[in-house]
Amino acid sequence: MTTMHEITLKVNGADYACEVEGRLTLADFLRHQINLTGTHLGCEHGVCGACTVLVNGKTARGCLMLAVQADEAEITTVEGLAVNGELNDLQQAFMEHHALQCGFCTPGMLMTLTELLEENPHPKEQDVREAISGNICRCTGYQGIVAAALAVAEQRDC
Amino acid sequence: MKPPVFEYHRPESLDEALELLATLSDVKILAGGQSLMPMMNFRYVMPAHIIDINRIKELGEIHRVHDGVKFGAMARHDQAKKSEIILEHCPLIAAGMEHVAHAQIRNRGTIGGSLAHLDPSAEWPALLAVHDATLRVQSKSGERDVPILEWSQGFMTPNLVEDEMLTEITVAIWPEKHVYGFAELARRKGDFALAGAAVLLDFDGEVISRAALALLGVEVGPIRMIDAENLLVGEIPSDELFREAAEHVTVVAGIDDVHASASYRKKVASVMVRRALEQASHQHKSQALAA
Repeated sequence: MTTMHEITLKVNGADYACEVEGRLTLADFLRHQINLTGTHLGCEHGVCGACTVLVNGKTARGCLMLAVQADEAEITTVEGLAVNGELNDLQQAFMEHHALQCGFCTPGMLMTLTELLEENPHPKEQDVREAISGNICRCTGYQGIVAAALAVAEQRDC
Repeated sequence: MKPPVFEYHRPESLDEALELLATLSDVKILAGGQSLMPMMNFRYVMPAHIIDINRIKELGEIHRVHDGVKFGAMARHDQAKKSEIILEHCPLIAAGMEHVAHAQIRNRGTIGGSLAHLDPSAEWPALLAVHDATLRVQSKSGERDVPILEWSQGFMTPNLVEDEMLTEITVAIWPEKHVYGFAELARRKGDFALAGAAVLLDFDGEVISRAALALLGVEVGPIRMIDAENLLVGEIPSDELFREAAEHVTVVAGIDDVHASASYRKKVASVMVRRALEQASHQHKSQALAA
């Protein structure tokens, strides 16, 4: 019998109080314990970037953090991006610019680019490419993803 | 791909952490988790106890001290990259952080974690080597200071015993007008470097008055290229001088692994030395023009 730990945290604005095992990763907690399956797990060792979420506003690998470490934190997952059930501008741009095919990497890409556009509202193409260098996509060749991010930066400027 | 069962501990103070370290056995300290978590997910590492030091506030700060800068072991890569203290007093370190993994990893990964993990391709040890860093190691029964060049005791083996913990790192700062260069080769930006070089130069007019040069990825720990430094001091920068300094890389044994042979790493390292020196010299020229 392993020790259980009580944690309270906010996920996409909603409060949760849960009991978790020490070894449970944040990504598994999100997927299995509170059923937010939008966060995907690819490699589970910090390389593919699919599990990227925002922890207190900054990106982190959901597979490289324990759920118990997220005690008292505010987490944003891909489910938290849409506004009143409508895709946000970045998600909309992904659709328009064919920034996904299978969609497996998309949650991580969206969270990574959310942080980038927050920190650097006027990124150059090189900045976008560098920002997503820690997120692997096997479908798109990245072109559509970069185009979507640049389009959003331009739109938000208007 | 899940960590095995362990007991999780979350001390709120350094004293509490050192007490836990003194009483528990088969322990791993969890700092940023960007190396330890993958190793636990793979079950390469299966500790009975995890001591999570993320809540110890005193370990997360970067301070200007008497003649240097002091990092708490929990200072994160992104924090070092953006810290005004670092940008002002040791800008090489901020420049080096650009090459540490990817943004998501830099948000969590720490200086202390990188040093305790001690991957040969890590940037921190080389950046600290040119700054003659001192590492403070503490246990319940005492503390000691380890010079950065005595930190590596072999492949991924830091100078630490079981009840000890790395708590802070102090770097010596250089005169205000010093210049720097950093270059590394990785298959993709942010991936593990095959080899790299960090350099600090100070000038007296056109002449190099002081030089510090360190390599990463070539040996198991960071190495200072003292002969190359001696060659540079007293000289005026030139392509020929930098090529000659870069030649000194050939004296290093070099590590062979699945990613690259020792001889290839050395060739790459020598080019990286030249590039880092050129960056530093270029900065000096820009400073001279601006003056």
